Amino acid sequence: MAGSASDTETSELAVQTLELTRRFDGLTAVDAVSLTVKRGEIFGLIGPNGAGKSTLIKMLTTLLPPSAGSARVAGYDIVRQPAEVRRHIGYVPQLLSADGSLTGYENMLLSARLYGVPRHERAGRIERALARMGLSEAAGHLVGHYSGGMIRRLEIAQSLLHRPLVLFLDEPTVGLDPSARDTVWERVLDLRNRFNRTMIVTSHHMDEINAFCDRIALIHRGRIAAVGTPAELKARIGPDATLDDVFIQLVGDKSETETGGSYGEVRRARRAAREHG
Amino acid sequence: MAKSGEPAAPPASTAEPAAWLGNYVTQVVAVASAEVQKLRHDPWELMTRAIQPVLWLMLFGEVMARVRGVSPGGLPYLDFLAAGILAQSVLFVAIFYGISAIWERDLGVLQRYLVSPAPRSALVLGKALSAGVRGLSQAFVVYILAALLGVGISLSLLHILGVVLIIIMGSALFSTLSLIIACLVKTRERFMGIGQVLTMPIFFASNAIYPLSLMPGWLRAISRVNPLTYEVDALRALMLAHGVSEYGLSLDFPVLASAMAVLTAIGARMYRRMGF
Repeated sequence: MAGSASDTETSELAVQTLELTRRFDGLTAVDAVSLTVKRGEIFGLIGPNGAGKSTLIKMLTTLLPPSAGSARVAGYDIVRQPAEVRRHIGYVPQLLSADGSLTGYENMLLSARLYGVPRHERAGRIERALARMGLSEAAGHLVGHYSGGMIRRLEIAQSLLHRPLVLFLDEPTVGLDPSARDTVWERVLDLRNRFNRTMIVTSHHMDEINAFCDRIALIHRGRIAAVGTPAELKARIGPDATLDDVFIQLVGDKSETETGGSYGEVRRARRAAREHG
Repeated sequence: MAKSGEPAAPPASTAEPAAWLGNYVTQVVAVASAEVQKLRHDPWELMTRAIQPVLWLMLFGEVMARVRGVSPGGLPYLDFLAAGILAQSVLFVAIFYGISAIWERDLGVLQRYLVSPAPRSALVLGKALSAGVRGLSQAFVVYILAALLGVGISLSLLHILGVVLIIIMGSALFSTLSLIIACLVKTRERFMGIGQVLTMPIFFASNAIYPLSLMPGWLRAISRVNPLTYEVDALRALMLAHGVSEYGLSLDFPVLASAMAVLTAIGARMYRRMGF
């Protein structure tokens, strides 16, 4: 699926990247990545720490300008039309993005205002989104008192208030217990099934990626190592292969995956886990 | 695209100037009101910050008022000092504002702002406006205390409105300067060091606690390009019943507004880079 698409296909594409590259002081974090994501897909990005997943997502969400290449998200160019891209996407970062000093409702209101949700629709949309995420009763409480799972659900609700076409979820279940992880995925699937939202998800939980993603891309050293459905990727390895096997086979030396990632990335991941846990 | 009755598309981008401006104001107010809500949930910060102007006015002011010959511009020293301490309190609150931006970046809250379609200048202005709200709480404390100490305060509504405007502009200006420094240094530890180094020169190279006429020539030259000097000058004219502006309000307001506009433009460009 890597590569550019024809004009007919383009209208069905939520994300399209062409040779997208990001360099930091001589280090190429994302190296000429070309991929397409169809509308309504749940697309997983997997790879070892420091492989370039979060950098790729930061470029697609316009938080980071690319060094080379191009990308369109929801039909808009990430460099030339960043404001339009931001208007049409939702983003749940790996780090804690809800403000613990505000209530759940106040966090939602802030998002609604920043995204230009019309004043007469704000209260209704916020109440519906909170109800959908099972947070109606906690809406008036400070987010600093929420559990990790509740914060993640609030962040997803915040990112959906303006009804984005593409939702980016960077490690949405990091630091959550199995029950909270199930709840988050349940809500994500519900959103896709009911509203046909496109989701781009990164995760280190191969069981989740296997169960919930329509297609996945394995990123290694900034490049796409493989793209396909979970079944297709597993079939490349062998009849009884798991995604863990695919991961190890394509990434190579297992010890590399254990030590990968910069100090900053490890610190951020651990902090996110602590704050959500 | 949506399978249910809920429309899928977000609101259209506002190409018309009036609609764009309305949206822009909403985004500025959104950021500012979120900060005000935080203060409402935890007002301790405002209470602890109120201690500093109390100490300056009651200790430094009372002692210096007894020094013979210190009667700047014909005003009692305590009157002269009251406006300076108000400006100083606003400065001290605003100049450390950038640390909250670093904190928000470290927590991840900043990404929530930066991934929104709000223009970066709206985010910076919203933060600056919320610094103004903190500054106004300081003004309340200084006004009450000054009245108790017998300072001749102007109660003219126009003058009070002028003070409110100057405080908002002063807070916005120095909080945006603080934000720019935060964007450059990126860590809380470095910021604290630079914040300490910056605060004292800005404060002492101004007319906050002594008149410019007492300064050596080189320091007077620095104070003339220090925005705090113009903030104090305007506050002295508006806050005090017998206050006079040395430079004229017609110069004080434009100087503060221009400095604020330049810093907001720089801050908006740099704030974007905080998310990298």
